[in-house]
Amino acid sequence: MDQTSRSANPGMAQTDRAGSDRLIRWRYFKDRMATVAVGIGGVGVLVAILLIFFYLAWVVMPLFAPASIEKVAEYPAPISEPALLLTVEEQAEVATHVGTSGRVRFFDVLTGEMRGESQLPIPDGVGLAQFDSIDPNRGLFGLLLEDGGLLVARQEHKIRFSDAGRTIASSLSYPYGETPIDTGLTDVRALDVRASAESLLIAAALPNGRIELVRYEQEVGLFGGSGELTEDERGTVLLELPPERRIERLLLDPAETWLHALTDDGEVITTNIRRLSEPDRLGPVTVAGPDARVIDARYLNGGISVLVATSDGRISQLFPVRDAGAGWRLQKVREFEAPGDAMISAVDIEQRRRGFMAADSAGRLAIYYATSHRELLNETVIEGAIKDIALAPRADRLLVQSREGQISVFDVHNEHPEVSLTSLWGKVWYESYPEPDYVWQSSSATSDFEPKFSLMPLSFGTLKAAFYAMLFAMPLAIFGAVYTAYFMSPALRQIVKPTIEIMEALPTVILGFLAGLWLAPVLELNMPGAFLLILFLPLAIPLAGFLWTRFPASIRHRVPDGWVPALLIPVVIAVTWLAFALSRPVEAALFGGSMPLWLNNEMGITYDQRNALVVGLAMGFAVIPTIFSIAEDAVFSVPKQLSQGSLALGATPWQTMMRVVLPTASPGMFSAVMIGMGRAVGETMIVLMATGNTPIMDMSIFQGMRTLSANIAVEMPESEVGSTHFRLLFLAGLVLFMFTFFFNTLAEIVRQRLRRKYSTL
Amino acid sequence: MSQSTSITRTRAGSFGEWYASGAPWVWLTGGAVALSGLLVVGLLTLIAIRGLGHFWPAPLVEAVYVQPDEEPYPLIAQLGYSETVSAARLQSAGIKVSGDAEFYERRLVKVANRDIYGADFRYLLDDWIQERTTPEDLSVFERLEWGDLYGYLVQVSEQGTPVDTDDLWAEFQARQNRARDLYHDIERIQEGAIGAINYELEQLRLRERRMELNDGATDNALAKIERERETLDAEYAELQQALQSLNDQIGRDSITVRAQNGQTVTVPLAEVVRGYRPNAMGLFAKIRFYFAKIWEFVSDEPREANTEGGVFPAIFGTVMMVMLMSVFVTPFGVVAALYMREYAKQGVVTRIIRIAVNNLAGVPSIVYGVFGLGFFVYALGGSIDELFFPAALPSPTFGTGGIFWASLTLALLTLPVVIVSTEEGLARIPRSLREASLALGATKAETLWKIVLPMSSPAMMTGLILAIARAAGEVAPLMLVGVVKLAPSLPLDGNFPFLHLDRKFMHLGFHIYDVGFQSPNVEAARPLVYATALLLVLVIVILNLAAVRIRNRLRERYRALEH
Repeated sequence: MDQTSRSANPGMAQTDRAGSDRLIRWRYFKDRMATVAVGIGGVGVLVAILLIFFYLAWVVMPLFAPASIEKVAEYPAPISEPALLLTVEEQAEVATHVGTSGRVRFFDVLTGEMRGESQLPIPDGVGLAQFDSIDPNRGLFGLLLEDGGLLVARQEHKIRFSDAGRTIASSLSYPYGETPIDTGLTDVRALDVRASAESLLIAAALPNGRIELVRYEQEVGLFGGSGELTEDERGTVLLELPPERRIERLLLDPAETWLHALTDDGEVITTNIRRLSEPDRLGPVTVAGPDARVIDARYLNGGISVLVATSDGRISQLFPVRDAGAGWRLQKVREFEAPGDAMISAVDIEQRRRGFMAADSAGRLAIYYATSHRELLNETVIEGAIKDIALAPRADRLLVQSREGQISVFDVHNEHPEVSLTSLWGKVWYESYPEPDYVWQSSSATSDFEPKFSLMPLSFGTLKAAFYAMLFAMPLAIFGAVYTAYFMSPALRQIVKPTIEIMEALPTVILGFLAGLWLAPVLELNMPGAFLLILFLPLAIPLAGFLWTRFPASIRHRVPDGWVPALLIPVVIAVTWLAFALSRPVEAALFGGSMPLWLNNEMGITYDQRNALVVGLAMGFAVIPTIFSIAEDAVFSVPKQLSQGSLALGATPWQTMMRVVLPTASPGMFSAVMIGMGRAVGETMIVLMATGNTPIMDMSIFQGMRTLSANIAVEMPESEVGSTHFRLLFLAGLVLFMFTFFFNTLAEIVRQRLRRKYSTL
Repeated sequence: MSQSTSITRTRAGSFGEWYASGAPWVWLTGGAVALSGLLVVGLLTLIAIRGLGHFWPAPLVEAVYVQPDEEPYPLIAQLGYSETVSAARLQSAGIKVSGDAEFYERRLVKVANRDIYGADFRYLLDDWIQERTTPEDLSVFERLEWGDLYGYLVQVSEQGTPVDTDDLWAEFQARQNRARDLYHDIERIQEGAIGAINYELEQLRLRERRMELNDGATDNALAKIERERETLDAEYAELQQALQSLNDQIGRDSITVRAQNGQTVTVPLAEVVRGYRPNAMGLFAKIRFYFAKIWEFVSDEPREANTEGGVFPAIFGTVMMVMLMSVFVTPFGVVAALYMREYAKQGVVTRIIRIAVNNLAGVPSIVYGVFGLGFFVYALGGSIDELFFPAALPSPTFGTGGIFWASLTLALLTLPVVIVSTEEGLARIPRSLREASLALGATKAETLWKIVLPMSSPAMMTGLILAIARAAGEVAPLMLVGVVKLAPSLPLDGNFPFLHLDRKFMHLGFHIYDVGFQSPNVEAARPLVYATALLLVLVIVILNLAAVRIRNRLRERYRALEH
């Protein structure tokens, strides 16, 4: 106040010039600061909003990255003896080499330094007949001697922590004792052994297509500790093979059900060994072309899929599959190409995933993943031929031994091989399934499990839920909006609009819990009533309207214009009551007392209590106010001149509505439906509570579903951070984001154009 | 509205004429409005009835359950709602109905006494519940464990010996009041004093660890910590003694109750929360009881896996989170709106940004939850943990969900609402006012600060209220960033730094989901879910109505100013 009076008085201005100058500078400084601050804040906030999209994309991108390897060490092989087995232990620090002489040597993976050795207790003068790597996961391997003795040994790598850090002490142990088990199997051409906590099963291929099976049982003490190994049973499997064909390999599965026999010319014959009296024979399935032979055959992780590498450059995946009836068949599911033109020389599998690697005699290495049918890497890694490869259990380090005796060590980065566009969106043939299918089954209790990541069931569920919701919401919302904006009296509109706003504000948790806990059981008990209601209402309401016109004028004139909904409230209540009162008699008369039972028995339609009908009603309820308010806005903004002109020309109000107002407001209606659709697709809580959350692809209204959003809510808290599953959930979130963003943008553009069009009228 | 003149007023000549005029369609559209309105009202009424009805003391009935081909057995139960079921359905479920009648009434009854019968709710056929009486002596005892106990009070014991008295019930009530007071004293010591000591011990441990990590673990410092630890242990020992004596006192009394099958149960009064005789209560007693139960519901902690007790921690958590969210969302929303409307050049870019902000209001909330989990919790939280809280690792402090991240996530979610609302408020202020202010020599910042912002504060408030209403109801993103089924402590307590931003919290909406769908005892939980839902609906409806009123008043105020 003082300042203005001072500056109004020119005489005083001179002496206060400095002060007011300073004040003016300070004010302008504040102004510039405010500009800067608001600029930074505003841009920052907008960037934060956009950050969502970019962050989601950043988390999702590694899913589609290829694998990579880098060489970390190279040294001449410390052991010159040929190897029966070359493996790497869990920490990828120690490698084990089992030589043909029975000498087992441990050496450091990165330097080649020897760390220890041990000699297998093979009796003098007895030679080695067969070798089997029984269980790479547990480090078990076995040697069958020429006299029929089986020696089973286990690699032990004990980790010790001391002040100097972590040390690994490697040694051998003999779970069945140091004396070889006398199996009596001689002249064995192929061997496979399965060892479990209580039993030891041996399959040995003898000449002329005969396979001997021997099982030993071992008593396990109450507090651990093993007891005597006693022979339990013996059996024979006879494959009718002409004398010139031999059995080259045998594979026994961990469940001790299937015995796969590979002949030298590339045929796989499978026998069910559970009932040896009448063995079930599957196959033969040919995996090699003419003149090709089998180079390697092993199980993929899980012990269900058989992987066969043949000399014609093919790697085939087979597993037993249930047939239409009660039988089984052996199915060749996929084929992979060898790394290059040279012949495959070594194959190794990933111990914890359905992945595997193949190396050839030109120094090329390829990394594959079975389920998603991907080849993630194909590179020439060394010069010269590769003799052997050994992959660490965590699939993070690879040892490659060349034929010239050089060992190269690589670090492997292969984070997300399970995902490819076809595995996400196409049908995949999963293990033991009768045919390719869309399945979402992301996790299970063991690491043997084959994760099934198909987004199709989830997307289908999302669209199904949205479809049923819109089916219920659109008629109600659009009809309601039409009446409210055009025919309704302003007084009633003051009541209806807040009611609809309250409807919009209701938390979806509450709608979901009412749907799941109250509506679903009520619908199940009163299904005929619900369908009767849908039938009666559209008939009863116009009938009530017609009857109203028959009322004497005195009563009719007491109700002001545009109060039809108020008149209809008692009608709707009465019809609802009637429909549900008739529900039980109708159910007893037509459906034998129970409609869900009738549907199941007569029509073959299974009925889930929490199904798409419940979700449609609940989510429709949630979406109605969204569509309603935008549609109402659209109809309300149609200029009055248009409808008044139409009425003046003699059209009825309804004709005006249908032919003039609605077409003009149709962009707004379209926009409303788009936004409603976006809301229905993204809804989480209602779907979480009102469906059974089963990821099935069934259009039936009486079956449940699982949507993308509910899937995220259910699985995210239990997903391993940074894993494929985790990133896939982010991908689902990204898909939802882009879908709603697209729909809302479209609707917004339409709405803005409409607003500009009306501003000219 | 002249459009509708012909609908209700004119008397149509015949059905054909009436039909041709298009009137049935108008009635159908009107019916849609009626149906929608009825749905909303019906839903609110359903929640209100089921929710409010839970607290009213229902009569306790003694009866005999007579099933065909089986021994009739005595029943003491609270009768719940009934539904009509067809004979066919019952037979397919294995219940041997005679088949004479087509329909039977099946009733949900609460027999309580979960420690005796295994399950406290049963579905029984109404016709077979016979010889119903409501004796006045039948009592209900609410317990800390095993739920309610129904039966006759047979004996009140002190130190195991029965007390000789004429009025068993009065004796019980006197001792029960004493036990309740002791219980509150025990709780106060446990949660207050002992809780503080535990907190201090944990802080000492973290200090020690921090010293180890920074190589500052001198003998002196360690000895000092040891001394503090000893002081705390001494305090704890004292409190333990006090607690022990209180526990001895509260364990003095017990009651013996005879249940429906004659079996007697002895319950120490320490475990009895409340006892009442519903059949003996008059109307005023029932009303008093009703309000006492409602007060317990909003002020007490949950018991028995959230199926009994109150929802106070959930209310507190919701309110706390909403307040934190407002602290974040208001400044950022207002600044962003100011920038877009006042500072940025209006053109294609701002139009695109405006469309983008509008769209973000429509993005599914679970996407925000996913973003919050990945970016805030794991990325930001993990970095904060490594920089500022390495002593607590590997146990995460901010690297896991908590109230801070939840508030930030919801602030991001409701930001578009605030931005849009504030922008609308800013747009309503006529340019003439701004120009006048600038003409008088004010800078742009001063115009905004002194003229524009105060005038648009109702709009900002509307935006904030709408944001709060939305945040109070959103559950999906919270499930990922920090809400839990049962929080051991509140985010705000008496221990420095008083506001613990890293703690997990409970939320009303999540409580509804959890109690309704992940509860071990669904029938017991269901009325509580309705009550919680009613509470949440009330809060949100009130907030929304307030926002609507403010917005309408705002519209009227500026209608005159609009050009």
